[in-house]
Amino acid sequence: MTIELRNISKHFGALKANDSISLAIPPGCIQGILGENGAGKSTLMKIFSGFLRPDSGEIVFDGKPLTIHSPDDAIRLGIGMLHQDPLDFPPFRVIDDFILGSPGGLVPDRRKALADFNSLSARFGFSLSPEARVASLTVGERQQLEILRLLWLGAKVLILDEPTTGISQTQKEKLFATLKALADQGMTVFFVSHKLEDVEALCSRAAVLRQGVLVGSMEKPFDMAALVRMMFGKEVELAAKSSMAPGKKVLTVKTGSVGSIRLRIKDVNLQVRAGEVIGIAGMEGSGQDLFLRACGGLVEPAGGQFCLDESETPMNGKTYHEYMRQGVAYLPAARLEKGLVPGLSLAEHFTLSVKPKGVFIDKKAAAALSEERIAAFNIKGWPDSPVESLSGGNQQRALLSLLPEKAALILVEHPTRGLDIESTIYIWGKLKERCAAGTAILFMSSDLDEILRYSDKVLVFFAGRVTPLIASESLNVQKLGELIGGVGWDAFQGNSNA
Amino acid sequence: MTSDALLFGLSGVLSSSAPILFGVLGETISERAGVSNLAMNGMILLSAMGGFAASLATGSLALGFLAGAAIGATVALVVAIASISFKQSQVAVGYVLAMLCRDLAYFLGNPIMGMPGPRLNLSPIPVLSSIPVIGTLLFRHDIITYSSFLLIFLSWFYMERTKPGIMLKGLGENPRAAYVRGANVNRLRYLYTVAGGAIAGLAGPIYSLSVKAGWKGTISGLDGIGWIVLSITIFGGWRPFRAAIGAYFFSLLQWMGLVLQPLMPNVPSQVLQVAPFPLMILTLLLVNIGNAEWVERSLSHLPESVRRDIAKVLTALNATPPAALGMPFDKDE
Repeated sequence: MTIELRNISKHFGALKANDSISLAIPPGCIQGILGENGAGKSTLMKIFSGFLRPDSGEIVFDGKPLTIHSPDDAIRLGIGMLHQDPLDFPPFRVIDDFILGSPGGLVPDRRKALADFNSLSARFGFSLSPEARVASLTVGERQQLEILRLLWLGAKVLILDEPTTGISQTQKEKLFATLKALADQGMTVFFVSHKLEDVEALCSRAAVLRQGVLVGSMEKPFDMAALVRMMFGKEVELAAKSSMAPGKKVLTVKTGSVGSIRLRIKDVNLQVRAGEVIGIAGMEGSGQDLFLRACGGLVEPAGGQFCLDESETPMNGKTYHEYMRQGVAYLPAARLEKGLVPGLSLAEHFTLSVKPKGVFIDKKAAAALSEERIAAFNIKGWPDSPVESLSGGNQQRALLSLLPEKAALILVEHPTRGLDIESTIYIWGKLKERCAAGTAILFMSSDLDEILRYSDKVLVFFAGRVTPLIASESLNVQKLGELIGGVGWDAFQGNSNA
Repeated sequence: MTSDALLFGLSGVLSSSAPILFGVLGETISERAGVSNLAMNGMILLSAMGGFAASLATGSLALGFLAGAAIGATVALVVAIASISFKQSQVAVGYVLAMLCRDLAYFLGNPIMGMPGPRLNLSPIPVLSSIPVIGTLLFRHDIITYSSFLLIFLSWFYMERTKPGIMLKGLGENPRAAYVRGANVNRLRYLYTVAGGAIAGLAGPIYSLSVKAGWKGTISGLDGIGWIVLSITIFGGWRPFRAAIGAYFFSLLQWMGLVLQPLMPNVPSQVLQVAPFPLMILTLLLVNIGNAEWVERSLSHLPESVRRDIAKVLTALNATPPAALGMPFDKDE
């Protein structure tokens, strides 16, 4: 099936999200759609999948123009979309989630659905248990479930919106293999991403959007530098790794342990020194988030000693406020839910972040402070912009700008999840500035490239075990990927670096 | 206490649970769709009064029940319009309606206060009712109590085994995903809110035509039942069978308060009357104890195999509300 998008335009108020975009895709093709955050990729795909109606333009299948009224319509025409946050039902059983939305009578034919599910699942080598709860699956497995469901409903075109955000390296490889197999069978795949390396690894063609306009397209092999220029309209350089001599101890963990009902991690030994960047890798749910939170006093450790500075007195059982007073800061992954206060403006956030003089707000000082911070952190927004109206990249900048100036240790969950290259580089630039001033950074990420590129040392979590600190120079993506998957652990006799 | 008295008492617990069951299951349906109807307390009072009045005027019990359901549906419709179409806070609208309906019930019910009226008769089921023990316990009730047994099963079957039922749960869990799968979210929410209101509205006439027959204004003893219904909906984890256990448990506690009174003359009777309420709260706390961080942390010290079993039990007990409960849906956002 040949797909054509003809002169698609969509406005939101004064903003031209899509400006007369035309694109023709032959069958069996994996089409990459590149662009930084806010370039109009999502809008275009939402139009394609029936979420939005275009102001003008049409979608043509094999020469026949289509009208798509709803996502339900789209899937009946064979267009299935995999959303960035999987649109599924966490408390449901996998099989119920699979069945929901399929055509048919009052009582679903479970036996047939189960048989279809198992055969589809076997075809792609997925190991999903139909009776498990969706909530117990990883993001990668939830995507697999959604792909199976869309194929079952007869999708011939698959749209994937930023699918590699939040899934592990092995799951990414499996996803790419699946998509390639589907394309070989004549299916058309749209792969929307801001990650160049993913597009390079997977796609046969790429189109680049910038500010709602299609600025260019390219066939494989790709000229990466040219693609970057198209995306940003300028050259973007990655900062080189700067290493400095580590300073005094900032955080010492001795035989630390954390645990929940599902998981227990024992005997973690760790020393973080001023100016160091330490990356924590591991499959989602391996306990790295729990450990990171324990380092900041946000959950109580189950055992061991967590000491700050050169001090020998453990901080166990102290609250986050106690840790904060000692210079620890925490940046959560859920920026809007846990980091910022939706409904409050940037200016209000800044006002709350400094020590108040009295009860009343000094409007003049607050305005000056916000102007200064917004400029310093290059936030695209105004003092009175509510934080939820900012893009992900700008929310992360705002969070950074709220950190106290003299932090000894910054703990970060997924510093650049969902951000485009420019924001990623900016955020890490700011974090590195802090390091140069003697701040230590401990961060977790599911992006292996990010871990290898920015950290001095790496800590890997797998099934309740933790490696000693590994110098990142001695690792590469493959080796780290193996460690995360539980391969190559024989080299470590437990975690024993003191 | 003789075993006969015990049996009759337990049988009474089952029939006096019927109105609570209707209320809880109606609310469960509504909340599963994502709309919490907090008007429950006033709604039950108004439908108790209205159902009794309708039945008194027409001499028909069926019309009395119908009037109760209609009142419940109407109040639910107001909640639905305010929260779905106008995207107003369900809490605010619900509270105001709860108070309005209560006062309305007392005011409008004044003329019929204390009047003798029709009452639903027992319909023992032939043959089955003469089985020892079980016959007395299960098969000597009025038709509405039998319906309450059936309602538990039907609502479970609908939500677990049918496609529209799974979609109903989807509406309250992730309306956006439900929309992508072809549901007209807001229209279905209207439907289920009103249907849930109609079912819960039956609780009123079940009281005034059967369990506590008649209308006695402020001393009817019905004020507060609606709030208990709302808390049992939570205790029930939005699942029909568990909700039923909650309803029966509460009625059992109330009955025990009555039974224990003569046996414990030193305890003031008010204590026993009030006891079911704190006991209900305590149970709610115990059932959801797995949510607490310190519980998780302490349990993590247990060996792997034990921990896994405990985790299973706690997860099974744990009740999480529908994720999108109380949140309006707009497909363009």
